[in-house]
Amino acid sequence: MRPLQPVNPGARVALGISFFVLFVAVWAAATFSGYVSKTFLADPVTMLRSGYDLLMNQGFAFDIGMTVWRVLGGFAIAAVLAVPLGVMMGAYKGVEAFFEPFVSFGRYLPASAFIPLLILWAGIGEAQKLSVIFIGSFFQLVLMIAVSVGNTRRDLVEAAYTLGAGDAGVVRRVLMPSSAPEIAEILRMVLGWAWTYVIVAELIGASSGIGHMITDSQALMATDQIIFGIIVIGLIGLVTDFAFKAFNRVLFPWARL
Amino acid sequence: MNILEIKQVSKTFVGAQGGTLALQATDLDVQENDFITILGPSGCGKSTLLRMVAGLDTPSTGQITLDGQPVTGPGADRGMVFQSYTLFPWLTVLQNVCFGLREKGMPLAAQHEIAREFIGKVGLRGFENHFPKQLSGGMQQRTALARALANNPRILLMDEPFGALDHQTRELMQDLLQGIWEAERKTVLFVTHDIDEAIFMGSRVVVMSARPGRIKCDVPVALDHPRHYSVKTTPLFTQLKSRLTEEIRIEVHRAAGLAQAQ
Repeated sequence: MRPLQPVNPGARVALGISFFVLFVAVWAAATFSGYVSKTFLADPVTMLRSGYDLLMNQGFAFDIGMTVWRVLGGFAIAAVLAVPLGVMMGAYKGVEAFFEPFVSFGRYLPASAFIPLLILWAGIGEAQKLSVIFIGSFFQLVLMIAVSVGNTRRDLVEAAYTLGAGDAGVVRRVLMPSSAPEIAEILRMVLGWAWTYVIVAELIGASSGIGHMITDSQALMATDQIIFGIIVIGLIGLVTDFAFKAFNRVLFPWARL
Repeated sequence: MNILEIKQVSKTFVGAQGGTLALQATDLDVQENDFITILGPSGCGKSTLLRMVAGLDTPSTGQITLDGQPVTGPGADRGMVFQSYTLFPWLTVLQNVCFGLREKGMPLAAQHEIAREFIGKVGLRGFENHFPKQLSGGMQQRTALARALANNPRILLMDEPFGALDHQTRELMQDLLQGIWEAERKTVLFVTHDIDEAIFMGSRVVVMSARPGRIKCDVPVALDHPRHYSVKTTPLFTQLKSRLTEEIRIEVHRAAGLAQAQ
């Protein structure tokens, strides 16, 4: 291996998988040998068995569905509002001057700290879960999208003007398409963060969802179920990430040339 | 008649430590069908002058008029080819060339007809559906030229368009542009720091002094058209070249702070 030298695709996949295998192997060794007590950490086989039980007998699939819908719902609301606002802020410096200081402030408001307030305002229903995800992702999205749009190459903007484009044309036909792949990347990244917020929202005052199952399992000291829940979240995250990446590749073939 | 008139135009860039005079008050008249090359050392304000004609920079003093109308901002009547590669990377060659036509609200079929004609003229038939990153630098600049010409501007502004290309590609591009100009007789304002290029391309060479820039001399190029690359070895060309080399040499020395060149 030499610095920055690429590895071939086959080796890349093999290396990626082998760390997962190593991770599970270390875990299995630590638990089956009795080095770590079952009370603190379940072994992989018990974890899989209780996972199967959760899915088949305890309706865990419904919990997964609820969590996925909360993440996607809250994130979709945030994205629908954040993308236009971010584009406007990136394009028009006056709009940016108006919103940017507040949004920067909003970005540092911890979404999880809003949960008690949101329970007060919105109860323990779905509105509260969606609100947590909205607060956690909206401000981040707006700021990053504004920066991306603001970084559009000036010479492309100038070229568009000399071709007769007006201000609206420059926003619609230069700023937006040129930052579209980066906006898609930002959405992918922030969606990953939204997953952490939903679990926090479900740990407190929820009657369904992966986070709710985890709190229930805590009361029973069922570490096998907790670990299964965490792994399910990781897997869903991995799958959506791959799907998002593939989607971006299809949507913006020019960005990868 | 004059298509473009530049009257007492100067430019001062305002910075943290006060203003920097980039261009002294300058006058220049451009006639219809003229091919004017603006030659000068780097930092002499030649690009600034061109950008002011394009409407991308505003003059600090003076006025620029195109067909008698004052220039207040950029517009489709002044097409521009930049030194940097400014094709829109998310559009194909065909879509890039259609950009200005679409902005005019032309129907798609008409856009494509015009675009294909100019893509043919710059020798890129067969590359219509390529993205800019799939093209070489020379091909990208040819597309940029087609994009500017397809818009049918009153005047074509070129800011060192071949500056980033290697020597051979540059000569190829000069031949191509010369051929297109001989066929279309579009009015062109062409900025360069390459003396050979300035003489070969231009019907007039405007020489600019070192910063703060001003027009130092205005030399007509009495070479016949069509110009073949072999004119570069004719006595007239050589004579012009040695004169311009002297003029530029003095300015380069001044710009470098070496007072009197010998």
